[in-house]
Amino acid sequence: MNSLARWTALLVLVAGCAGPKETIVLLPNPAGQETAVTVTQADRQVVLSQPYAAARVSRSGTEAFASSARQVQATYGQALAAQPLPPAQFTLFFVENKDELTEESKRIVDSVFAEIARRPVADVIVIGHTDTVGNDAANDALSRQRADVVRAAFAARGLAADKVVTIGRGKRELAVPTGDGVAEPRNRRVEILVR
Amino acid sequence: MRRTFSRPVARALLGVATALSLCHAAHADVGQIKVATGQVFVDRKGQTLPGRVGLLLEADDVLRTGADGSVGITMRDNSLLSAGPNSILSLEHFEFDPTTSDGRFDARLRRGTLAVVSGRIAKKSPQAMTVRTPSTVLGVRGTEFVVSVDE
Repeated sequence: MNSLARWTALLVLVAGCAGPKETIVLLPNPAGQETAVTVTQADRQVVLSQPYAAARVSRSGTEAFASSARQVQATYGQALAAQPLPPAQFTLFFVENKDELTEESKRIVDSVFAEIARRPVADVIVIGHTDTVGNDAANDALSRQRADVVRAAFAARGLAADKVVTIGRGKRELAVPTGDGVAEPRNRRVEILVR
Repeated sequence: MRRTFSRPVARALLGVATALSLCHAAHADVGQIKVATGQVFVDRKGQTLPGRVGLLLEADDVLRTGADGSVGITMRDNSLLSAGPNSILSLEHFEFDPTTSDGRFDARLRRGTLAVVSGRIAKKSPQAMTVRTPSTVLGVRGTEFVVSVDE
C-alpha cells in the first residue's frame, strides 16, 4: 500500500469512528416573528437565530454554517412534505347575552365545514368567550353554553360530537380589552380551531 | 349478612371505577397522526401498532418510519412534528393545560430527519419544549426548524 492509500484508509477509518452526525437548521418564520433554536452539546451552546442558520454536530464538536432553501429541500424534503396542515382558526360572534349566532357568523360556519372537508382526520376545538357584563360564574356558564351551541350546530350538520372538544373561558381572554361590565360584541365570541 | 358485605364491596368497586377513570384521564392522547405514507409504526408498551392516519398518540410512544415512510403528527398544543424515511422519533414527555398553555414537551430524534413547528407550550415558556438528538439538546423559542441524525 502506498502512503496516499494508507492515509486515505486512515481518514475513512477516523470519519467512520466519528459517530452520529447531526444537523440542525432554523427555517424562516412565515409570520416574521423572531425565533431561535439553541443547540447544546455538553457545556457548549450555539444559538441559531437567522433563517437557514445551521449547526453540524459530531463527536468532535459543534460547527456553525449557513444552509439554504435548496439544501433543506434536498435533505428534509420528505419530512417537510409530511407536515400536517397548520390549525385553521375561525371566530363566530353572538347576539348580546344570548347563545344565538349573528347572521354573518352563520355564514362563517360554511367555511369551517369546508376546512374540515380538506383534512383527512380533522379534530375541532370550540372555545367559548363572553364580554365582561355579569359575574364570572354566569360568564363561565354562558361561554360553555355558546361552545355547546356551536357543537350542537355542527352535529346537526353531520360532524360527530366525539371529534369536537368544547372549552368555556368566560371573560378571561378578551379579544378587545375592556373594563368590567362593558358590553362588547367583539368579545362575545366562539373561537374554532380545525386541526 | 349479604347486605352488610355488599355495600362495602359496591363502594370498593366504585372506588376502583373512579381510580380507573382518573387513570384514563391521565393517559389521554397527546396528539394524532395526520399524515402517513409508506411504512409507519408506533411502538407502545411493548406492542407495535400500524401508524395509520387518525391514530391517537400517547406519551412514550415511539414512531418509526421505513425506507419509503414518512409521518406527520399534530400535538394537543398545536405543535407539528413530521419525520422522513428511516426515522425513529420518541414522544418522551408531554403535559399540556389547554386553559393556561402551561406544560412540558420533550421529544427525541434517534435517527432520520425531523421537521418541527413548535406550538403553544413553547410559546408560553421557551424552556418548556426540547428536542433531543443522540448528542445534543435543542431548545425551542417559537420556531420552525429541521433536524437530522445520520448513523
